[in-house]
Amino acid sequence: MTTSLDRRSLLAGSLLGAGTLALPRLAFAQGTGRRNLLFVLLRGAADGMAMLAPVGDPGFAALRGATLADYENAPRLGSFFAVHPALAEIATSAAAGEALFVHAAATAYRERSHFDGQNLLESGGTAPYATKDGWLNRLAGLMNAGAPAPLRALAIAPAVPLALRGDAPVSNYAPSALPQASEDLLARVSLLYGADGELGPLWARALETRAMAADDGLKNLRDASAAGELAASLMRGDSGARIGMIELGGWDTHANQRGAFARSARQLDALLAAYRTGMGAAWTDTLVVVATEFGRTARLNGTGGTDHGTASAALVMGGAVRGGRVIADWPGLADGQLYEGRDLAPTIALESVIAGAVAEHLRLDPKLAMARLFPGRSDAPLSGIIRA
Amino acid sequence: MSPASIALNRFGYGFSAKDSAVGDPRAYLLRQCDVFDPAPAAIATRLSTRAKTGEMLELLRRLRQDTRAMTAMEQDGAPAMAEGMTRQEARAAALDGLPPEYREQLVEARRVLADDIAVRVNTALTSPAPMVERLVHFWSNHFSVSVGKPGIQFEAGPHEFTAIRPHVLGRFSDMLKAAVLHPAMLIYLDQFQSIGPNAPFAQRRARRGGDQQRPRGLNENLAREVLELHTLGVDGGYSQTDVTELARALTGWTVPGIGRVGRFAEDQPSGAAFVPLVHEPGARQVLGRSYPAGEAGQALAILDDLATHPATAHHIATKLARHFAGDTPPPALVARLEEDFLTTDGDLASLTRALIEAPEAWRSGPVKFRTPFEWLVAALRLTGTTTLPPQRIVGALTELGQVPWRAPSPAGYDDLAASWAGPDALIRRVELAERIARNAPQDGVIARAEAAFPGTLGEATLTQLKRAESGQQALALLLVSPEMLRR
Repeated sequence: MTTSLDRRSLLAGSLLGAGTLALPRLAFAQGTGRRNLLFVLLRGAADGMAMLAPVGDPGFAALRGATLADYENAPRLGSFFAVHPALAEIATSAAAGEALFVHAAATAYRERSHFDGQNLLESGGTAPYATKDGWLNRLAGLMNAGAPAPLRALAIAPAVPLALRGDAPVSNYAPSALPQASEDLLARVSLLYGADGELGPLWARALETRAMAADDGLKNLRDASAAGELAASLMRGDSGARIGMIELGGWDTHANQRGAFARSARQLDALLAAYRTGMGAAWTDTLVVVATEFGRTARLNGTGGTDHGTASAALVMGGAVRGGRVIADWPGLADGQLYEGRDLAPTIALESVIAGAVAEHLRLDPKLAMARLFPGRSDAPLSGIIRA
Repeated sequence: MSPASIALNRFGYGFSAKDSAVGDPRAYLLRQCDVFDPAPAAIATRLSTRAKTGEMLELLRRLRQDTRAMTAMEQDGAPAMAEGMTRQEARAAALDGLPPEYREQLVEARRVLADDIAVRVNTALTSPAPMVERLVHFWSNHFSVSVGKPGIQFEAGPHEFTAIRPHVLGRFSDMLKAAVLHPAMLIYLDQFQSIGPNAPFAQRRARRGGDQQRPRGLNENLAREVLELHTLGVDGGYSQTDVTELARALTGWTVPGIGRVGRFAEDQPSGAAFVPLVHEPGARQVLGRSYPAGEAGQALAILDDLATHPATAHHIATKLARHFAGDTPPPALVARLEEDFLTTDGDLASLTRALIEAPEAWRSGPVKFRTPFEWLVAALRLTGTTTLPPQRIVGALTELGQVPWRAPSPAGYDDLAASWAGPDALIRRVELAERIARNAPQDGVIARAEAAFPGTLGEATLTQLKRAESGQQALALLLVSPEMLRR
């Protein structure tokens, strides 16, 4: 049953033998227990070829000569791929077998607008704006079905992002730039809402979230490390959110990419490191999926940057991830191999990666997950991402 | 809720001490239709920024190879691009390293946009017809554009001020044509780049070998949204062929002052330009009806028919009923509004009167959770604020999560409690309320509460207001009271 994965996979630096590829037999809806999912959306089209450089491809030096120095002493995943040096913590996780990259992945979107690309990645629709709710919310709905109470789903963001919008109840939290209200006023608002069936519970949740995040001392989500700690603090323990989402910007590196990408990468690295630490023992039951709307041009442009492209890399991380490897059906970087002569060609559907990882982690039927989260796709969900 | 409270809060933007007394609630609302000013001074005297739109689009076109400009343009637009940074830092970073002429334009664009948002809010604070202001904002959201795309910063205000506002008590077909064919919408939904595949311009291009970098042709984005969002509704019975035919009919409608074809443009009343060279020749078939070849008039004729289509009547009636009478609108009200729309061919003054007169709109309720924008305007009116500087308005709306003309999709901001009644949203309203109360007159809060919610103020709220340790605290509590959050 794993032949297709074998054919497609470059098992780079896997700490696990190919023999462990056998799939865990997944029963449908066994219940999710305390399993956590954090979805990190990199807005702005993160460059997968900078994130995980295909240094083993002879075409790489020709396309990205100016950035080669960055990868000289960078952590390797096998002989073919090098992890960007700013992603040191992620590389450490990969070395520990807890993180894997999927390369040359893209959603069904083949145009190059951030707007539409993000809409499609978040809605899970087949065309931008065709689907009005988000796949993460539909996932919550799937897990809530038959559950005694809906799980907590939380965006660590000032507004609920599209991926998390929909029928299932969700919440959001972000440190506010507004001056905090006085304790006395908060207490009086509790009394004010005490008898109100809707506002009472909402307010209680608000105070609870606020209390959980109270010692963050943040005014915004600027400090990525603090944001990661915050996310963990809101997802730990019995009352924590089971599904979380966080967004990171700054990936639209049209110019002077080396500096700009490193800055954003350090943020992502710090965020995930802090989150991993913050989750503590719950890390074992935690899955992090990091994705972006599309990739960037394979060749550096005239201003040392890259333009909107097609395939990029995705990162899957967590205590239960069968990591330490790269999943790719590498398309190659020669002129004839680039998509439309300019972009890394997509060979894996990002939707399959997300649906496959999420379904295995949460013990959902992968086909059902694919059909619900990303309806209208013909791709099979990717399997073997989570340890048996 | 008492009828007087419903008139003030459900239909309007809440109580202001400067308002006339409600008296008979229906008469109070009907009177507003007579006193509504479509072009108050702040709007009438607004300087035209039309030329800047074309300049910005042209500059971007020239800079297309200079990718730094594209960075800023995209980043400026991404709704939540900068969670890792403060807004100011994100802006500084986005501006950093830009060509100076583009940087200047972006700074100017943001200033113009903030000023227009302030005009919208300050107009609502002092308007003698708050219910009609609500209708303006309802229709503006129905024909939603987002400043996330470059050039729209200069056009979003004018879109509402000139395409929506004058028609809010006029004919739906006039509003539809004005709003859809306004430069803001033509840019937002990519119409300005759409080219008829058989148009003279495309043929000439093909003969010359075309522009390899940017293959251009028909863009269906606007046509689809006109059918799905603006007129018939998603289940309105149109097909992909109808979308494509409408898209063909719309070719030629573009923004003035751009492109090589700009000099062939014919100015249109909507502020748009029509370029016959780009228009797809031939007759069109939409929803089974034929439209002869006819340049700019072809799209206008189709839009006129769409405007009075029964599916449009149902779609509009449902949305309007949802906005005023509850997230799940009473079917009887939808039917009533639908019939009025059909019999009057979309006379919005008549539709508004039908709404005011409908018993279903006066259910004691409350039936809606106030959106952040509605809440902020109502809170400012209640505190007696008549004008607020642009930066404070934009700052508050940003923290509340509903900046005008920045909705995440062409469907506009959601009109459902589920989208707004979130824990974080409540905390933010409380934080903002404390701040607003600090800067407002704090006397007579209980009298104001009774005037704001006549016969409707709950015992629980009254008790907490009386127990407050100061006038300021009482005012803050009033601003976040259940009575204030709902309508």
